[in-house]
Formats: sequence, C-alpha cells, structure tokens
Amino acid sequence: MFRKALLAATVLLAAPALTDTPESLMRGYAEQARTTSASYAGPSPAAGRRLFHQQPRDWSCATCHTDQPTATGRHAITGKAIGPLSPVANPERLRDAAKVEKWFKRNCSDTLGRPCTPAEKADLIAFLLGAREGA
Amino acid sequence: MRTRSGIRRIDRIVWSLATVFLAHAAVAAVPPAQAAKPTAYAEECGACHTAYPTRLLRPADWAVVLASLDRHFGVDASLDSTTRAAVATQLGVDPAVSSAATAKAAPRITQQGWFREEHDEVSAQQFRSPAVRSAANCNACHAGADRDQFDEHSVRIPR
Ligand code: HEC
Ligand code: HEC
Ligand code: HEC
Repeated sequence: MFRKALLAATVLLAAPALTDTPESLMRGYAEQARTTSASYAGPSPAAGRRLFHQQPRDWSCATCHTDQPTATGRHAITGKAIGPLSPVANPERLRDAAKVEKWFKRNCSDTLGRPCTPAEKADLIAFLLGAREGA
Repeated sequence: MRTRSGIRRIDRIVWSLATVFLAHAAVAAVPPAQAAKPTAYAEECGACHTAYPTRLLRPADWAVVLASLDRHFGVDASLDSTTRAAVATQLGVDPAVSSAATAKAAPRITQQGWFREEHDEVSAQQFRSPAVRSAANCNACHAGADRDQFDEHSVRIPR
C-alpha cells in the first residue's frame, strides 16, 4: 500500500509543469543573467522598483501600471483599464513565458527606448512578487 | 521503528500530499477564461484598446495596420509572425501582405466619414475628458463595443 501510494505521488510530481509561474520565470531570467556575468548576485526587488519608476522619456512603467502594481492601471493613450500587474493582486499575471516576453519587448522599448536585460527582467518580477496590496 | 501504525501514518501523509497536489493541478489546469477562449484578434488587438469590430475597416486598411505593428500609433504592438498570421486571417488579410513593409500611415476608424457623422454631437472636449481620454476608447461610451454593440440605448458619455 505504502509503495503504491509513493509511486502515485512520484508520478504526479514528475508530471510536466502545467503552466509557468512568476517564480519559474524569474529563475529563468536569473539563469540567463548568470551566464553573461559570473558576479551576478541574483534578482533584486529594490532594483526592480527603481527601474519601474525610471522615466527617461515620456513614460515610466508606472504611467500605465500606476505607482502601485497591485492597483488597476490605465493605458496612457487609449484610457483602457489594465488589470493589476502584480501576481499578488492578479493571479493571471506572469503565467506564460511567451506573453511575458512579448510585453517586456514592447513596454521596455516604449518606456526606456531599449530592450530590458535578463537581469532587469528578473529584478522587475522580484519587485512585482514582493508588492504588497495597499502598500 | 517501522511499526504498522507508523507505516500507515506515512501512507496517509503520502496520500494526502498526493490529493493536495492533484487538487492543485486540477485548478491550475483550468485556465480562468476557459469557457470562451478569446480569438487571436480579440486577445492581441483588444489588449490596449477596444477590440474594434472588424467590419469597421476594409481588409486593405487592416493590412496596413498589420504591416506596421512595431510603430503602431506611437507604441510598439509587434507580434511574432505566427500570431500575426492568425490575426490577419481573421481580418480577411493575406498573411503575406500583412508582413510586407509599408510607407502608408495606418488608417483610423475615428477619421472615417461615417464616424464623424455619427459623433457630430460629441464635442472634442467630451472625447478628451479624463474619463474618456480618446475617441478611440469606444468602450468609455459604448459599454458593448467589444461585442459590436453601438445602439443609442446603450450609449453613455461619462463625465
Ligand atoms: C503605454 C502603457 C504601458 C506602459 C508604459 C507599460 N505597460 Fe506593461 N502593459 C501594458 C498593457 C496594455 C499590457 C497588457 C494588458 C493586459 O494584459 O491587461 C501590459 C502588460 C504587461 C506585462 C504582461 C504581464 C502578464 O503576464 O500578463 C508585463 C510583464 C508588463 N506589462 C511590464 C511592464 C514594464 C516592466 C513596464 C516598464 C518598463 C511597462 N509594462 C510599461 C501597458 C503598458
Ligand atoms: C501595445 C498596445 C496596442 C496593441 C497591442 C494594439 N494597439 Fe491598436 N492602438 C494602440 C494605440 C496607443 C492607439 C492610438 C489610440 C489613440 O489615438 O487614442 C491604437 C490605435 C489603433 C487603431 C486606430 C483607432 C482609431 O483612432 O480609429 C486601430 C485601427 C488599431 N489600433 C488596430 C489594432 C490592431 C488590429 C491590433 C492588433 C494587431 C492592435 N491595434 C493592437 C495601441 C495598441
Ligand atoms: C465620448 C463618447 C463616445 C466615444 C468615445 C465613442 N462614441 Fe460612438 N457614439 C457616441 C454617441 C453619443 C453616439 C450617438 C448615439 C445616438 O444618438 O445615436 C454614438 C454613435 C455611434 C454609432 C452609431 C450607433 C447607432 O446605431 O446609431 C456607432 C457605430 C459608433 N458610435 C461607434 C463608435 C466606435 C467604433 C467608437 C470607437 C472607435 C466610438 N463610437 C467611440 C459616443 C461615443
């Protein structure tokens, strides 16, 4: 009986991941960062927060996603509501690697005028994961 | 110390772990919007604004929009080629045309003659009010815009 139960548990645990998680995406970007810099220290929520508010041109990330990533944002041009970006407040966020890449590509380009590095993407996710509702 | 009851206890733990995992997997396997999966057009072209009813522009105009998504009305709305082809098909555009470079300015629904006529009673100020922000934000006044519902009963200009 015990063996059978153990086997069942092993099979279940070995099943392929059903979806990406914010944590798995963050680890993926951190691994990419490590391959280019041996001294990479790992994701930093504080660096993510700074980047989120950086405004070298017309916009910062906060322009559309608000100062509080747990709050509902609004598109700067179209006015369309944008659900909270932080997975703490919106469990649908950061669940699909391709979708997250698509938006990093577009939004880093529109906001910073350049692509974000893998280290910056890991920092941003760390910041979004640490965001506290109402804080 | 492998007593019978000890083994049973481990047994119970393993099974309850398995059950928790199964329950979790079952939840994770059902995406929130499983009932009606949005089409490529609704998903990709409804992210930043109303998913404009596709009848409001001609395929030739949609083709120009799709060919310049990386410089789309001031933002980067670029798509990978597979997704763009899926959207093109839905808009009645040849996927090959949708990826051909174009020098033409992308057309606006809000600058078509019929749009101006239907909205001649709406002032520029109302279109630019903080609650609306842009004439292209159809949803601000037409709650059913994503479902192609614009009849006068459902119009409400927010103030
Ligand atoms: C001009 C407005 C705008 C700006 C500026 C902007 N975003 Fe976004 N962002 C959006 C919109 C619109 C979406 C998609 C809408 C939705 O999914 O609800 C989005 C989606 C995302 C997503 C996808 C999340 C997911 O898994 O669903 C990420 C990540 C993201 N933005 C990060 C950023 C970062 C980081 C910045 C700053 C570098 C930024 N955004 C700046 C408008 C913006
Ligand atoms: C990253 C954000 C974003 C995405 C994704 C996006 N758009 Fe747009 N779109 C905009 C912005 C910003 C405008 C300008 C709105 C304004 O001027 O108020 C716009 C305007 C338009 C207009 C003109 C609206 C008018 O004034 O009549 C059309 C048509 C359009 N988009 C089609 C599309 C199509 C088709 C797609 C999908 C392939 C798409 N958009 C995806 C941001 C986006
Ligand atoms: C500021 C509010 C506002 C915005 C934004 C707006 N409309 Fe309208 N729209 C109106 C009003 C008001 C009418 C007139 C209703 C009437 O009296 O028939 C109207 C009428 C219409 C009609 C005719 C409906 C009918 O059956 O008579 C259509 C179609 C329409 N709008 C489409 C659009 C589209 C598409 C957009 C976005 C690209 C848009 N509207 C944006 C306010 C708005």
